[in-house]
Amino acid sequence: MNSAKLDHAPPAPPAPVAVVAPQTRAAPPGRARRFLAKSGAPFGYLSPTMILIFVLMIIPIVMVISYSFKDNVIVQQNSVFVGFANYTTVLTDPDFLAALKNTFVFITVSTVAHLVLGLGFALMLNTSLLSGWTKAIFRIIYILPWLFTVAVIAVIWRLMLDPSGVVNYLLTTLGGMQEGVNWLSDPGKALWALTFINIWAGFPFFMISILAGLQGISGDLYEAASVDGAGPVRQFWNVTIPQLRPVLISMAVLDLIWTSQQFALIWMTTGGGPLNVTEMLSTYTYKQAFSSYEFATASAAAVIVLLLTMVLAFFYVRLQKER
Amino acid sequence: MLTRKRRRLGAKIAVFTGLCLGAAFAGLPVVWMLSTSFKPNGEVFAVPPKLFTKNFSFDAYTAILSDGAQLRFFLNSYVVALSVTALTLLVAILAAYGFSRYEFPLKKSINAVIISVQAVPPITLVIPYFGLVVTLGLYNTYPGLILTHMVFTLPYAIIMMTAYFNTLPKELDESVKVDGASSWTALWRVLVPVSVPGMVAVGVYTFMISWNEYLFALTLTRTDDMRTVPIGIQLLMGQHSYEWNQMMAMSILGSIPVLILFLLFQRRFIGGLTSGAVKA
Repeated sequence: MNSAKLDHAPPAPPAPVAVVAPQTRAAPPGRARRFLAKSGAPFGYLSPTMILIFVLMIIPIVMVISYSFKDNVIVQQNSVFVGFANYTTVLTDPDFLAALKNTFVFITVSTVAHLVLGLGFALMLNTSLLSGWTKAIFRIIYILPWLFTVAVIAVIWRLMLDPSGVVNYLLTTLGGMQEGVNWLSDPGKALWALTFINIWAGFPFFMISILAGLQGISGDLYEAASVDGAGPVRQFWNVTIPQLRPVLISMAVLDLIWTSQQFALIWMTTGGGPLNVTEMLSTYTYKQAFSSYEFATASAAAVIVLLLTMVLAFFYVRLQKER
Repeated sequence: MLTRKRRRLGAKIAVFTGLCLGAAFAGLPVVWMLSTSFKPNGEVFAVPPKLFTKNFSFDAYTAILSDGAQLRFFLNSYVVALSVTALTLLVAILAAYGFSRYEFPLKKSINAVIISVQAVPPITLVIPYFGLVVTLGLYNTYPGLILTHMVFTLPYAIIMMTAYFNTLPKELDESVKVDGASSWTALWRVLVPVSVPGMVAVGVYTFMISWNEYLFALTLTRTDDMRTVPIGIQLLMGQHSYEWNQMMAMSILGSIPVLILFLLFQRRFIGGLTSGAVKA
């Protein structure tokens, strides 16, 4: 989840600290246990969850699908069934197709960069050359971007990337650039600036997960490789990467899903502009609904987004099963 | 021997340089935010930029903290995030107890639904939520925000709590049941008290998600007295003609709860992740 930028998935729960001594009393007889299970107790415990999921997930999805086949929904009375007309409208809208293309560029570039940066930083933090303290300090600095909410990240980068901001100052004085660039308003650069911000915001979660994966690789594998005469580069490609492969692939698929759901960052930096160059599926759908009040076409777009996410989620589940 | 030592030193310098460059990439924007929050607004885009201003002041912070409208954003965020945390914990503990201690029909399917809820895009939900919340009369109210935030927090909380309960021996609650107590008593008197570390982890994570949520807070509230901190930060961009120092001060004040929670529970967060990966 992102928006929960901290939408990034959380760590596993810690193991319980207090280990309780096993009790010596006899377990209840099988019949009693079966009676308890049949008595519906588990459904009692699950009922609040099931009601919430029904109201907050099942009903809304049914609603949005039914909206997408109708006209005049939410803001007007007397909605009529229009078949796939809303889908035709959306799929032939050049703005939607641009949003689809932009989303594709945004999520693939972000994910690849997250992987490369996360892996690079994790490898450096995993070195045996530096003391534990030094590494702990660097680790906290590296996690910093992950700790700020998207609204704050948007404000920080609007300050940094302002035409008279500090990034342009550094690039013109040190980088030899001739004049300042309006990063977020220049149609040729806005998508790349936005992707850069997203890369900054998202790499720490990759780094933490990959670091955990690195620490799980047995030292014996490296020893065996070095006995066989493999240098650090061969060890990286023949031991580290194959061992990390499952972590890297599932992180990448999760990141594609999360990044495709990013809304707040885009909305608060470029708003989809200039000239639609940073319009994404999420901002397109939002504008259809809450700026144009075209809730029916917005619903069709929302269902398309849901279907695309389901394709990615399907791959994720398949990968998890292979592990 | 000497060349080997030298090569090691070379590698050390290379890694250290790499780490410093990475730290600049990750940390400088945060340092710049902090530095800007202490500047007078006229100095924000001064050339050349200065990290430390001569006119250091807390004016931006006092401006935010003495403004009732801004404080209201914080109050709203605390009310929403704390309610979401309490309700999520309550519902997740009950569900996790059911999943962890019972076998029942459809268990696998219900579990699959809960897991898949996490992948549903918020933008898909926000349109029907708008319709639902207006119909139920919850538009622009706390309950509307609290309920909808729970759709994000509940699935993960249930998965985490179930995993936690699974690590506790069944003999623990069954011993109480043999003495005639109900499973309800066993849950609250025995399991919950020993599950505090797991509940803290779930609670912290839930609080962070709710505190940071943006899309639902934007669409399901209307008036400024119901807005939360992330929306407040955005409103500050529009209404004042770019008081950058105040925007940065507000951003820092808005990040403090999450920063404190992270620093307090850092080991649990990173450690939990690490140990999980090692076990896998």
